Amino acid sequence: MAILLIAEHDNASLSDQTAKALTAATQIGSDVDVLVAGKGAQGVADAAAKLQGVRKVLLAEGDDLEQRLAEPLAALVVSLADTYDTIVAPATSTGKNVLPRVAALLDVMQISEIIEVVSADTFKRPIYAGNAIQTVQSTDQKKVITVRTASFTAAEEGGSASVENASAAANPGLSTFVENRLSESDRPELTSAKIIISGGRALGSSEKFEEVILPVADKLGAAIGASRAAVDAGYAPNDWQVGQTGKVVAPELYIACGISGAIQHLAGMKDSKVIVAINKDEEAPIFQVADYGLVGDLFTILPELEKAL
Amino acid sequence: MKVLVPVKRVVDYNVKIRVKSDGSGVELANVKMSMNPFDEIAVEEAIRLKEAGKAEEIIVVSVGPQQAQETLRTALAMGADRAILIKVEEAAEPLTVAKLLKGVVDAEQPGLVILGKQAIDDDANQTGQMLSALLGWSQGTFASKLEIEGENAKVTREVDGGLQVITVKLPAIITTDLRLNQPRYASLPNIMKAKKKPLDEKSAADLGVEVKQRLTVLKTEEPGGRKAGVKVKDVAELVSSLKSAGVL
Repeated sequence: MAILLIAEHDNASLSDQTAKALTAATQIGSDVDVLVAGKGAQGVADAAAKLQGVRKVLLAEGDDLEQRLAEPLAALVVSLADTYDTIVAPATSTGKNVLPRVAALLDVMQISEIIEVVSADTFKRPIYAGNAIQTVQSTDQKKVITVRTASFTAAEEGGSASVENASAAANPGLSTFVENRLSESDRPELTSAKIIISGGRALGSSEKFEEVILPVADKLGAAIGASRAAVDAGYAPNDWQVGQTGKVVAPELYIACGISGAIQHLAGMKDSKVIVAINKDEEAPIFQVADYGLVGDLFTILPELEKAL
Repeated sequence: MKVLVPVKRVVDYNVKIRVKSDGSGVELANVKMSMNPFDEIAVEEAIRLKEAGKAEEIIVVSVGPQQAQETLRTALAMGADRAILIKVEEAAEPLTVAKLLKGVVDAEQPGLVILGKQAIDDDANQTGQMLSALLGWSQGTFASKLEIEGENAKVTREVDGGLQVITVKLPAIITTDLRLNQPRYASLPNIMKAKKKPLDEKSAADLGVEVKQRLTVLKTEEPGGRKAGVKVKDVAELVSSLKSAGVL
């Protein structure tokens, strides 16, 4: 029952989404190999080798793999697939881009965004923005699975797996990387942060968003999130979006400010341990999932909160 | 260039779905159905390409029951030129849909297929990537900007850390993210005109594809609920509550 886990990383460091997906993988079976595909990613491979439960790390490097574009990475995974029963990736933008391509090339129906491993062929996954949970059993010989990492704790360090080189498959040459326009920030990443403070449309502008949300985030060492409405209105960049089609998060503390609580937003944060809602509308649906609700004007509450911390 | 846009008929995004009490699925009887919102964005993008002179014909295709015709008519009213309904009674999985769509692509030879990145019912996010794999084409997924430049398309993609720009060789698969465009509403005259636009029906057998479920749904249940907690009166009470909960 060998499993291939595709590592999430940026060539410099291993994302903890890999460690979370590893926990799901080890619940499926015991022989988990991690594939690190990239360029100049030896350090990432070494970090993956230290995770408990890893049998070995496969490091495939090349110019074509530097950005992990779908076509060359899928070709690589397919070239390695023969000796594995299950292929797993965290449901990151890379995993979601590449794994269905792998699945189709292997003639397998992928199981997307699992939140629980029931057995080696049976999984739970959310549908309808998390308003229903399906238990599905795969009848395919091979399983191809993406993991909703917010539902799994990260595997601990303490392993000492070996790192082997794997050769890159031929690049089909269908796409070319132009540039990344990534948000530069010293704040924690949304998907791994312990505390998240999120803003909604009630913030009214990107200036107000920065003026009231950022100081609290800095005090708390929190990551910043936003509702779809705030992102669509241009108050916050797309990579801050929490929800059904944005990021799914489960921090220790989630503070929703001026977010009404559409089901699409709740889908992205309702597994947080403690939820705080700050909203002037006491009927807002967000209060139905909040552990602590504070009704009032966020433009006065947030500066007070910042001072009180 | 022809542009092919697959569209799916799903439960309207404003409907609060109900899980059947016997665990057999989600209640779909007498529920308002609409075009998947991401597919509306795909139709809109195709129309904009045509308006900009980059595309000649827009073909919309849906895999589903007879009623999926309504979804296709909506796309025709928005501005698509003709429609194909692939009649499949049971819910088809993304891999099956991708195989059916490959049959349509082989027959129609579009230069571009634009799909929604995911359907809001099964939230699978697979069909576009799978179709791309089966065709051996390039893929530009989660697009927030699409520019056709000769033999290539430049695609700005929404990724976890921000945005990524790639170029893909045509023919290509594009899947749409939320901020690619704001879909138009169909005007009444266009809704009337859409009734006269051609709509062909095909079966899975016509395309040589067997509709088979690879995944067995054992159970569908309500998610574990969260109860509303307490209302605090001010910031001081909030901070002390959070401290005693151990999260501050």
